[in-house]
Amino acid sequence: MDIKGLKKIQDYIWKIPEHEGMNCPGYIFASKNLVREMDDKVLEQIQNVATLPGIVKGVFAMPDAHWGYGFPIGGVAAFDPEEGGIISVGGVGYDISCGVRTLLTGLTVEDVKPRLKELIEALFNTVPAGVGSEGKIRLSPSKLNEVLEGGALWAVENGYGTRDDLQHVEENGRLPGADPSVVSEIAKKRQYRQVGTLGSGNHYLEIQVVQRVFDPDTAAGFDLREGDIIVSIHCGSRALGHQIGTDYIQLLGMASKKYHIPIRERELVCAPIRSPEGKRYYKAMACGVNCALANRQVITHLVRQVFSEIIPKAEIKTLYDVSHNTCKIEEHVVNGKKKRLYVHRKGATRAFGPGRMELPERFRRLGQPVLIGGTMGTFSYILVGTKEGEALSWGSACHGAGRAMSRHKAMKRWKGKKVIDDLRRQGIIVKAASYKGAAEEAPEAYKDITAVVDATHNAGLAKKVAKVRPLAVIKG
Amino acid sequence: MGQEKMAHIKQQGYETFEHGGDIGVRGYGESLEEAFINGAKAMFSIMVEDIAAIPPRTEVSISASSFDLIGLFVAYLNALIAEADLNRLIFSEFFCKIGAGFTTVSGVAIGDETPLGQKQRGIEVKGATFSEAKVEKKDGLWIAQCVVDV
Repeated sequence: MDIKGLKKIQDYIWKIPEHEGMNCPGYIFASKNLVREMDDKVLEQIQNVATLPGIVKGVFAMPDAHWGYGFPIGGVAAFDPEEGGIISVGGVGYDISCGVRTLLTGLTVEDVKPRLKELIEALFNTVPAGVGSEGKIRLSPSKLNEVLEGGALWAVENGYGTRDDLQHVEENGRLPGADPSVVSEIAKKRQYRQVGTLGSGNHYLEIQVVQRVFDPDTAAGFDLREGDIIVSIHCGSRALGHQIGTDYIQLLGMASKKYHIPIRERELVCAPIRSPEGKRYYKAMACGVNCALANRQVITHLVRQVFSEIIPKAEIKTLYDVSHNTCKIEEHVVNGKKKRLYVHRKGATRAFGPGRMELPERFRRLGQPVLIGGTMGTFSYILVGTKEGEALSWGSACHGAGRAMSRHKAMKRWKGKKVIDDLRRQGIIVKAASYKGAAEEAPEAYKDITAVVDATHNAGLAKKVAKVRPLAVIKG
Repeated sequence: MGQEKMAHIKQQGYETFEHGGDIGVRGYGESLEEAFINGAKAMFSIMVEDIAAIPPRTEVSISASSFDLIGLFVAYLNALIAEADLNRLIFSEFFCKIGAGFTTVSGVAIGDETPLGQKQRGIEVKGATFSEAKVEKKDGLWIAQCVVDV
């Protein structure tokens, strides 16, 4: 992206002035180098989002922003229902509530190293991963409706986890407002066999070691010390979320015409929040969120089972579970007044600072853990949300490294087996559902996660707490 | 593009193209239906190593609707993805008829349960999107394309 048209506000904050048709400015949070590396389409998509009705304050692009469907991936925008604000499929993404859950294990690297191979083999055999993977749970139509309404709460009530897990999941594990009756039968049918599965693409399960603590006080509050072993799970709402997106992009396409909303890009189709179509999409999207939360809860249960069999002294606790593809109703201060806004985060992690009542009590003083996944060969990061970030971007941060190369190119450039062998030489065990999947996800196909996280930290969106290194990876 | 490559694409009737982190699919045809079908072949060619090796054993009815032609192509591909997923199939042959008004499409897709080994060598296509979506007639040939989310 050419930075000539941008106005530098601070070292890591760039403003896109309002052009014709835009209802607000755009902002990019990134270093000069990261901005330069961004596709021109990111700029165009920010400008397009800014034309939508009822948008408040600005369109915000995170340091890992790249070309997405409608919204850029790494895009954040809030809409005010009282000002004719809209809700958009493109602002949520197809993999509704894709997110990361990080588990504490109570173990150190010394405890795990001797059993690492055994652990990852057992996890690979227990947590279904890869194209078309199916879980052990088979749901009837009525049971699936319970999942869509209950989320992680459903999972815990059915024996997959603990009440303590729920306290450490966004929305306590269940997004209110879900209505399974507005989810198509085909979406439901596609999900009957997929609860508790990782899926494919960039989804993963990693055993990680805390390599470095940057902020000892917050790390202690998160129960993290250097040398600790943690497990991170990255996955979403599987086929159900995609089918909801597919179904509703058609419905909202018609709604955009009905309500005369000018759309610059087809995937920005939307409906007023208070319209029947807008309400219907929110209810369906909430089902997608609950599906993803249930999914990560069931996988947590499977991880717990495996660890208890192999290293019985392990104590698996959820550190936090946060989504990065959502539309949430949140209270924010706008021009000195509290407003309930529909905050779309597409490839962006909620990063609330201290004091927010949505956070579990133990994090209310510190701020929310912000879980940022790297690649299977690089570090991942744990950050903490800030008050400053709430003022800058509705409390949002980056979500990962962001791809630097298409899957197609990656597959042509690398062989999956070689990627796995190279990582083994670096001390990282990779269990991949397919060699093609491993090639697509080669670490070099992604941007530099450290540059993305440093920009997030320096812009004030969230602050670095700890850096973690993968020891063993299951790649979907 | 070299003449040889173009001739190959014309003979095959489809191709894939780069798009950010995802992949674009493009079908060509003398008729709209043929372009839709070749677009579908492009999509399933991503999902397996060799689409020609998938025997046409199981037939599934496919129907989709939208409010315009571009939406119809995207809806058609998404209907195929959903049926393939539900029936654990990979499709290799397609027949379809586009209704008057270009808002409905119906037909059949034929394929086979894919041995896991071969399926795993492909990329999971999660959905067809409106990104780069186009249905147009150029130089006497219909082209139907869009980006698929992988």
